[in-house]
Amino acid sequence: MTDLLNALVAFSNFVLIPATAYGAQLALGALGVTLIYGILRFSNFAHGDTMAFGTMLTVLFTWWLQSLGVGLGPLPTALLALPAGIAGTALLLLATDRVVYRFYRAQKAKPVILVIVSMGVMFILNGLVRFIIGPDDQRFADGERFIITARAFKEMTGLDEGLAIRTTQGITLVTAMIVVVLLFWFLNRTRTGKSMRAFSDNEDLALLSGINPERVVAITWIIVAALATIAGVLYGLDKSFKPFTYFQLLLPIFASAIVGGLGSPVGAIAGGFVIAYSEVTITYAFKKVLGYLLPERLEPDGLVQLLSTDYKFAVSFVILVIVLLFRPTGLFRGKAV
Amino acid sequence: MTMRDALLFVFVALLILGVGFLQSWNTALSILNMGLISAIMALGVNMQWGYAGLFNVGVMGFVALGGLAAVIVAMPPVGAAWAAGGGRMLLALVLGAGVIAGAVALWQRMAKGRARALAMVAWLVAGFFLYRFVFDPAANAIEAVDAASTGYLGGLGLPVLLAWPVGGLLAAGAAWAIGKTALGLRSDYLAIATLGIAEIVIAVLKNEDWLSRGVKNVIGLPRPVPYEVDLQQSPGFVENAQGLGLDPVVASTLYVKLLYAALFLAVLLALIWLAEKALNSPWGRMMRAVRDNEVAAEAMGKDVKARHLQVFILGSAICGLAGAMMTTLDGQLTPSSYQPLRYTFLIWVMVIVGGSGNNWGAVLGGFLIWFLWVEVEPFGAFLMNVLTAGMAEDSGLKAHLLDSVAHMRLLTMGVILLVVLRFSPRGLIPER
Repeated sequence: MTDLLNALVAFSNFVLIPATAYGAQLALGALGVTLIYGILRFSNFAHGDTMAFGTMLTVLFTWWLQSLGVGLGPLPTALLALPAGIAGTALLLLATDRVVYRFYRAQKAKPVILVIVSMGVMFILNGLVRFIIGPDDQRFADGERFIITARAFKEMTGLDEGLAIRTTQGITLVTAMIVVVLLFWFLNRTRTGKSMRAFSDNEDLALLSGINPERVVAITWIIVAALATIAGVLYGLDKSFKPFTYFQLLLPIFASAIVGGLGSPVGAIAGGFVIAYSEVTITYAFKKVLGYLLPERLEPDGLVQLLSTDYKFAVSFVILVIVLLFRPTGLFRGKAV
Repeated sequence: MTMRDALLFVFVALLILGVGFLQSWNTALSILNMGLISAIMALGVNMQWGYAGLFNVGVMGFVALGGLAAVIVAMPPVGAAWAAGGGRMLLALVLGAGVIAGAVALWQRMAKGRARALAMVAWLVAGFFLYRFVFDPAANAIEAVDAASTGYLGGLGLPVLLAWPVGGLLAAGAAWAIGKTALGLRSDYLAIATLGIAEIVIAVLKNEDWLSRGVKNVIGLPRPVPYEVDLQQSPGFVENAQGLGLDPVVASTLYVKLLYAALFLAVLLALIWLAEKALNSPWGRMMRAVRDNEVAAEAMGKDVKARHLQVFILGSAICGLAGAMMTTLDGQLTPSSYQPLRYTFLIWVMVIVGGSGNNWGAVLGGFLIWFLWVEVEPFGAFLMNVLTAGMAEDSGLKAHLLDSVAHMRLLTMGVILLVVLRFSPRGLIPER
């Protein structure tokens, strides 16, 4: 019995909790991608770098607040800096839309042209972030590090395995939940949200019924800025902030959005968790967990790791391919332009 | 080629010559060599995007496969490693391929339904564990052989020039597998699929030490041209160099670079001749018809999916060829140096700026953008020095600005891409 509990705790500690936090971060990122896809009808390659930009602004504000001695006690100061980061990113995205994307929208350019344009924006944002904060790792988490430490858990339960829950993981889940609830309330209950969904479903009909497209687009960018910044800051708090990692997040984020069904917000959330759980499960070495579960004789010699951690991109990719082959519109019927 | 196009090429040539006169001939020749390779990569991407409208953002993966080919073909085999686990490794690879082929056969033979799905999953899971059972000991045995200097199987010890076509073939094989699954889906999906496969290729190169030594890098690849040291010791060469009034050391590096340039130029000219012939043949017209209106082309009896697969494989093979050439030029394979911004997206900037759909445009874009990529940094440093000249010596902002010059190139490339897309969307040499 204790063995079973130990195995369960080890599994939660190394797979379940980290994967849930990672899944929530991916889901927020994928929501941004899916919203842009639904309203503006292209795959935004600059999304990873938008996240990096928002996080960078937040990091800079955090440092400024820290230098003033302002903090949130046990919570990271970055939460206080988050609104400023969101506002800055929203301004940037609105400016990008005004200078870059609006021209192509007026032309009714093909989606693939917009994708290439977003590649250009990606270069600029990437350069900008490296220019301002540099390409190196930045840590900006402060406050209490753990909600429960492994040792406290062991003392509490008397088990051999410890269960540690980091503050950042807790914050990730709580924040993600609040954001998702707000977003769905906005999309389903408010007039503006309804006009956005109408625009996404059928642009021409929406225009005929008097919806102002520029307003819908502007609001979309603002929401995307908020989602991207929050996702980026949560990821940065949980791990660390490095511009190149954010660029690489593009693949799992897109995989989440596509697996869920591009254009479908529920799908984006489901996709985020599917990708995160598979990534962490497949790259985790199960030696410890199996050691508790199996009789001594059968105990594995190796690490029992299906794939090395460096292949985590391969996992999101394989899931993506499987879903595309057998259900091309994603788990929750997305749209196809 | 019109007069205007020719003038554009003359302009780029003058830029490179300018580097020779103002900076150094060594730098100028380096730019020329990488420019030639970039032009070939751009030709490959142009085939996919310009001819057929396929959106491939996995160029980096194909280039890296070409680099792997250089190692597999040219490095001498490591006998001890082959003895330790070579046979078992081959068996494992055959087994892995067999499992996948079996899964495909299973899928095609069995009737649709739950039984098929279950059988397939069971087959794959069993196959995976069997594969790992054979593979793991082989990989460990090979990697244990003198890990500091070898620890991999080595190559075939053949002339390195042979690696160039082999690189193309490897890339073509990968392209076939991707194309079979991802072509026919929507364009954005192909983009994500290729982006993913490129990351996986790099992950394989970084982690499969038995194959490519991973992050320990393979250095000292054999060269198709003489070594500088040998040249400096050959009396005939020294005499010739002094006859031209050159220092033998300088002369030898320039001579080697020129030989490389001649090899690359020969490949580029052959490829552009073939590409122009293809583009202006019935095949090329069919490709453009497919690109411009798939439905109409299909109604005319053209097999759109097969044509897409064909041109996707061709373009990727050219990228693989260029990758093998680049690794030959570097003389080493460093998997961690493959960055998507440099090897995928920069090539895209070349194609778009040069003119998609036009082979000469892609080549021009390759040279021009590579020149800018290299020269933006010294130019940016100069600009920053001028801008910050008025600031105090110990100003933190000044130090930061000067340090950040290295990141100017990404910014510049983005701006160039957006400006070209906006004001001259068909590029410098538009399609005709």
